[in-house]
Amino acid sequence: MRALVVDDSRAMRRIVGRILGDAGFEVLEAADGQEALDLLAGPGDVPELACVDWNMPVMDGLTFITEVRRHPEWRAITLMMVTTESESDQIVRALAAGAHEYLIKPFTGEAMLEKLDLLGLLPTSTGV
Amino acid sequence: MTISPQAFTFVRELVRAESAIVLEPGKEYLVESRLVPLAREAGHPDVDAYVADLSTRRSQAALMKVVEALTTNETSWFRDSDPYTTLRKEVLPLLAKTRPNRELRVWAAACSSGQEPYSIVMTALDTPELAGWKTDVIATDLSEEMLERGRRGEYSQLEVNRGMPATTLVRHFERSGLNWRINQSIKDRVQFRQLNLTRPFPPMGKFDVVFLRNVLIYFDLPTKQDILRRVRQVMAPDGHLFLGAAEMTMGVDDAWERVPAGRSSVYRIREEQRTCVPW
Repeated sequence: MRALVVDDSRAMRRIVGRILGDAGFEVLEAADGQEALDLLAGPGDVPELACVDWNMPVMDGLTFITEVRRHPEWRAITLMMVTTESESDQIVRALAAGAHEYLIKPFTGEAMLEKLDLLGLLPTSTGV
Repeated sequence: MTISPQAFTFVRELVRAESAIVLEPGKEYLVESRLVPLAREAGHPDVDAYVADLSTRRSQAALMKVVEALTTNETSWFRDSDPYTTLRKEVLPLLAKTRPNRELRVWAAACSSGQEPYSIVMTALDTPELAGWKTDVIATDLSEEMLERGRRGEYSQLEVNRGMPATTLVRHFERSGLNWRINQSIKDRVQFRQLNLTRPFPPMGKFDVVFLRNVLIYFDLPTKQDILRRVRQVMAPDGHLFLGAAEMTMGVDDAWERVPAGRSSVYRIREEQRTCVPW
């Protein structure tokens, strides 16, 4: 399975990428929403998962998620917002825009794996 | 269960050196509860013997296991997910057919800081067959400190990240400073009480569902047998028992039968044992 990590922090892309890599994903990276959209529009298989930061230059994560949801050919991508934004109404906005899950920074590797399990994206997952 | 001051000091120094996490005095319960499974796995009768062995042999792998056991300290919501899926899709709908008074009683027998009983209440609320029902959860633990945390119903960001779907978080919690507080309507359905599983249970009535997950592993065989026998006495004849994934009744108390359910298992009192359950 392929996962796209969209975050303007290289350190965060590396951390998330390592967790996903250990979970068996092939990891792609983008530094903002626009770069991620360009990557999706380019050649190559569409990833099963995108982990998306909220606050990024050029195009933020909420706009990216909204854009992805406007394209039927990207419907199969599971979207998880991974951000420091932690107010209830922000979580609701992200879910309403089309995010399937929301993980608040800072988080542990186990917390991310548990979210992937909820989303049915681990080999042992049943989903909830 | 009591850990000696020497063993506590050894573990405290080890954890501080390896993880920079400081276990303050008063955390003896935490150390004891996290290390009992490791002690049993290594064939020691108690934590003191295990720590004494560790301190003389100094196997790096064994020491790291101890550090790990003490530093991954958040309990998950909907822990292992499968039991809660089974509860929602199979057990609760089945019980809903046989309870004309529309009431269910659940016992979370080692509730720690409250994630388990609150997860049970949230699961019941998500079960369409129980709409309008009264579901009460009795949550017990040995540690008064843990019970107090459960009663407070307030959890850190790191804690709510663990296993909780985002939709569940925004539906049942509100922000309280840097923490999240569970809604009063959920809290009202859980009653926290101190209870030592190794002693005779106080009068609690009968339960339709008992969660006794990841706790039998702390006890030796005769104690496990005694606990499972006494759980039968507080269980409704058609009640359901949930154990941890690594726990089973087979060879411990065969009055229980294992019923495969979804990707997990539940345990029920065997038909022929139900009539002779004393009360």
